[in-house]
Amino acid sequence: MKLPAWLHKFASPPHVYGFAGALYPWLLGLSLVLMAVGFYGGLVLAPADYQQGDGFRIIYVHVPSAYLSTAVYALMATASAIGLIWRMKVAHAVAAAAAPIGAWFTLLALMTGAIWGKPMWGTYWQWDPRLTSELILLFIYLGYISLRGAFDELGKADRASAWLAVVGVVNLPIIHYSVIWWSSIHQGPTIKKLGSPSITMEMVWPLLLLIFAYSLFFAAILLQRLRAEILDRERYSRWVGGVVQATASPT
Amino acid sequence: MIRVLWAQIQRDLRVAYRRAGDVASPLMFFALVTSLVPLAIAPSRTVLQNLGPGILWIGALLAMLLSLNALFRQDLDDGSMEQLAIGQHPLPALMLAKSIAHWLVAGVPLVLLAPVLAVTYHLSAPTVSALMITLLLGTPTLSLLGSFGAALTAGVRQSGGLLALLVLPLCLPVLMFGARATALAGLGESIAGPLYLLAALLALALTLLPLATAAAIRISLD
Amino acid sequence: MTEFLQMGGYAQYVWPCFGLTFAVLIVNIVTARRRLTAQLDALRLQQARQAQRSAQA
Repeated sequence: MKLPAWLHKFASPPHVYGFAGALYPWLLGLSLVLMAVGFYGGLVLAPADYQQGDGFRIIYVHVPSAYLSTAVYALMATASAIGLIWRMKVAHAVAAAAAPIGAWFTLLALMTGAIWGKPMWGTYWQWDPRLTSELILLFIYLGYISLRGAFDELGKADRASAWLAVVGVVNLPIIHYSVIWWSSIHQGPTIKKLGSPSITMEMVWPLLLLIFAYSLFFAAILLQRLRAEILDRERYSRWVGGVVQATASPT
Repeated sequence: MIRVLWAQIQRDLRVAYRRAGDVASPLMFFALVTSLVPLAIAPSRTVLQNLGPGILWIGALLAMLLSLNALFRQDLDDGSMEQLAIGQHPLPALMLAKSIAHWLVAGVPLVLLAPVLAVTYHLSAPTVSALMITLLLGTPTLSLLGSFGAALTAGVRQSGGLLALLVLPLCLPVLMFGARATALAGLGESIAGPLYLLAALLALALTLLPLATAAAIRISLD
Repeated sequence: MTEFLQMGGYAQYVWPCFGLTFAVLIVNIVTARRRLTAQLDALRLQQARQAQRSAQA
């Protein structure tokens, strides 16, 4: 299988380094502005939920981070597979850069979910399928990061962790559906589902906007981390020498 | 092909036989951990009957994990893994043989010891047989997953804790279905559903994981 | 304003969630930035050492 032509530009480390640096401030700025708008819309403009009152507003920080936690893993596994198949350094660097961000947002989704659970379910923790899968996802992220850290050679760390990411992506849906199936056997539906018929446009648009803003935020941080990962992998190449000299003045 | 598999299994079993102490320690660990639990919590009959399936399954899982650390260590140290990798036989098949040998050495004794320990938990006869069947179907998957984890961490110093962190989340479905089916048998219900799922997991692991294990062990070779 | 801060009695749940979110956002920005500067510093050191070595030779 040949690498698609448009991907070639992204396989060149100096090119990616340059364009990541140029894009980062714009992405970060835009994501923060959109987040401010989304939070305003969610906290002030959206009406209180008829069942959960103002407690439902936690949705505006919980759902976007839960979404990122899985989307980032999917991206990480895709980048890992590309790195393994086409031996592309930049793809491995993307996976390495994405993992810590994904772990942070998984932790955030767990914490906000637990706090939300207290007023809604009367308990911080419930062994329900989504919470359990999210917890396992966090462990898989942590295992991935630890495996990376355990190798002295970056090339080996890249390949070993890429295989772990690929095996993990097969396993994650299995884990998710096993927990659903497993908890459905002998547990009554103790959890009050969040679905409410009176959901309005004013509630929905901030949420969609925030999911978009979080994605931009992730992209920005990914690019910033990607630059460090690329430098690490290209430390002996000439262009890195030029970059280092260009930033030699103390900033 | 089958001959190559069989030769590799025989070789690994012979090596295991010569270091019988290493083989026995996970077994003793299994017996010890599962006998500590009744002493740590109230040894009442109903409590033990409720907790028994889960505890025995967790004990088996941890015992399997304990035996994984040394899985590739010797072969890597004495260079025989390198011989296998550059040899004419496909490495995934040899890795499959290694996983099977690991299961024969570490998994099968656990299956045989489990009913003895189950008696101390006052488990009923159908529960004990369900425990043995689920262990029989589940432990090969654990061996295959564990081989993959051991291959990933083969080139790493101090891999024990890391191996657990990598492998345990992946083992979760096997643990859940195994323990759940055993508990269901205790309630007198059909365990066919979880058994099919355990078998499906085993089939999936048998086909895919040897490939990943072979790729992972190659990393530690160069 | 106080009504807004009280969040209809859910203040003790809503505000910690937003606080945690801001903390995670800031931590991500700071650690990503710090990693890049640390990498550049390390490379600068490596370059200085190389220059020294070639000067000695």
